[in-house]
Amino acid sequence: MAGSGKAHLRNNENVILRVEDLTMEFPAGRKKVVRAVSGISFDIERGETLAIVGESGCGKSTLGKAILQLPKPTSGSVNFQGQELTTLNKDALRDVRPAMQMIFQDPVSSLDPRLTVAKIVDEPLKIWERGDELWRSKKVDELLNAVGLDPALVRDRRSYEFSGGQCQRISIARSLALEPLLLICDEPVSALDVSVQAQILNLLQDMKERYGLTLIFISHDLAVVKAVSTRIMVMYLGKVCEISAPDELYSRPRHHYTHALVYSVPIPDPNVAARRTTLEGEPPSPTDPPSGCRFRTRCPAATDLCAQEEPQLHEVSAGHYVACHFPRN
Amino acid sequence: MSNNPMLSLRNFSVSFDTARGPLYAVRNIDIDVADGESLGIVGESGSGKTVLSRGAMGLLPKRAAHRSGTVIYDDHDLSQTPRKELREYWGTGMAMIFQDPMTALNPVRKIGAQLTEGLRIRLQMSKTDANARGIELLNRVRIPDPAAVMEKYPFQLSGGMRQRVMIAIALACKPRLLFADEPTTALDVTVQAQVMQLLSELRHEMGMSMVIVTHDLGVVAGHTDRIAVMYAGEVVEIAPTKQLFANMKMPYTEALMKSIPRLDSPSGQRLPVISGRLPDPTQPETGCSFASRCPYVTDKCREATPPLVEATPGHSYRCWFPIGGSR
Repeated sequence: MAGSGKAHLRNNENVILRVEDLTMEFPAGRKKVVRAVSGISFDIERGETLAIVGESGCGKSTLGKAILQLPKPTSGSVNFQGQELTTLNKDALRDVRPAMQMIFQDPVSSLDPRLTVAKIVDEPLKIWERGDELWRSKKVDELLNAVGLDPALVRDRRSYEFSGGQCQRISIARSLALEPLLLICDEPVSALDVSVQAQILNLLQDMKERYGLTLIFISHDLAVVKAVSTRIMVMYLGKVCEISAPDELYSRPRHHYTHALVYSVPIPDPNVAARRTTLEGEPPSPTDPPSGCRFRTRCPAATDLCAQEEPQLHEVSAGHYVACHFPRN
Repeated sequence: MSNNPMLSLRNFSVSFDTARGPLYAVRNIDIDVADGESLGIVGESGSGKTVLSRGAMGLLPKRAAHRSGTVIYDDHDLSQTPRKELREYWGTGMAMIFQDPMTALNPVRKIGAQLTEGLRIRLQMSKTDANARGIELLNRVRIPDPAAVMEKYPFQLSGGMRQRVMIAIALACKPRLLFADEPTTALDVTVQAQVMQLLSELRHEMGMSMVIVTHDLGVVAGHTDRIAVMYAGEVVEIAPTKQLFANMKMPYTEALMKSIPRLDSPSGQRLPVISGRLPDPTQPETGCSFASRCPYVTDKCREATPPLVEATPGHSYRCWFPIGGSR
């Protein structure tokens, strides 16, 4: 796994974001380098929801931030609506940013506890000097209504008075204020209860339809992304393993890592749960990734070839790409 | 040893003083945990499941939390036991794995020191013996290169490794009853599966009783003998695990079950949700506590509180109109 390759890139006018050979490295002292993201390429069409799935430390959050140039990637290209972001200067980049917004993992700590809800949602509008005060106030009410909060009740309260699910709603309202084209959601529901998770996932779907959004949905849980995504990209240790439409990916995972991920989702059935198989061990350190396929140290099908040669993404069936020398059937 | 349960809670309640009056976090709970049994306690945030497990162990601050009812552990009534004597039961009798492995470990002490602390103090082991046992424990929770990990600080370990260290600490003095409070919530799906499997194996090896507290029915499905579902501080349904999944009676249990995102559900569809919120715990309501969110609610549910009744052996629920009929 852990392949490079660009066989999966599409070339049409619907592509809104195109990432090529993106690499993100951080210095880790003593001449060591953390290779968080190593040569990733993918694209998203307008209106799609791309899910990026992988374990902690696979580089999925770093990838999400690198798209927004937070910070600028070490190398590679990020093309958003025909504009190359990696070479833009600070001011030009700032002008692009309202079109790309982000929702963070921890809804409580990503809201300023000293600001009222109205001020939190209004802040982006104020900074970008959209409309006059009256227009902005109406816009804030409209956004709060859209995310299922009653403006009259919540406007003047502060974030600590709300539950995690409600805070995530506020944070979604804020991210939509500037009417972005692309919304990057970094583990938006992993800090929430199962019952609240479903509410937020449904809300994101509604917002996507209502505001015509394109979504990148970052998560470690394949079951969660199933409900929302139109395409899933599985990552391992800074590389892409597999890209496919969700139903195909779940019914027939080709990469051994995807297979392990699918099989570690807990099944709420006492008769099935007893025979789950799990992935052994821990992912290797990104400062010193294995040669060849990066998954080979934990892969049940690894051979000498996997250590010598890095597998490239290739198409195994229509729209289904996998980076593995010996894909599953 | 007797045939009595390992842990027995009777009419157990916990309330906290707040500016708006007393907050009833846990109300009139009767629960038994048998010797060697694994019990799951499932509910949303705010349902009282964490307060229940901490309250049973006596870990809640005395001044803020008012406990009533009895806690019988191994034929000793712990509800009247002063805190100093309670310590005799912690570690060797009852132990707890805390929810957040990132913050539950002391960031400025080495893993070895935190792991052997209980062994040295409670079991009066020598430093060498405690160290040897510490390495053995880390081995047991499948930590590679345990001797090196003993010398590390928590920030040098991944979340899954830290949770394993937490488990090793809880198991150090061979407790007979282990509370696991959301043991996998902070972890990745793959690590979650490993940790749950590890807990199950260790329970069988050591013959422990275990109480797993979680919000996810999927997590406990394969690892418990019985499940208690909590809502607004009360047990609303309790049954053997297989019985509960095959024949759930309480609409709340059904709603919790339906809201779990599943791999075998069709993609691109809206998930069923539980509308509304938990009732305000400072305002005791009349009628069924789930009435305001229940899809099958009737006038009777709003007026009269349904009692927890054992309908079939081992299966109790708190509902006037259970799914599938009867009552």
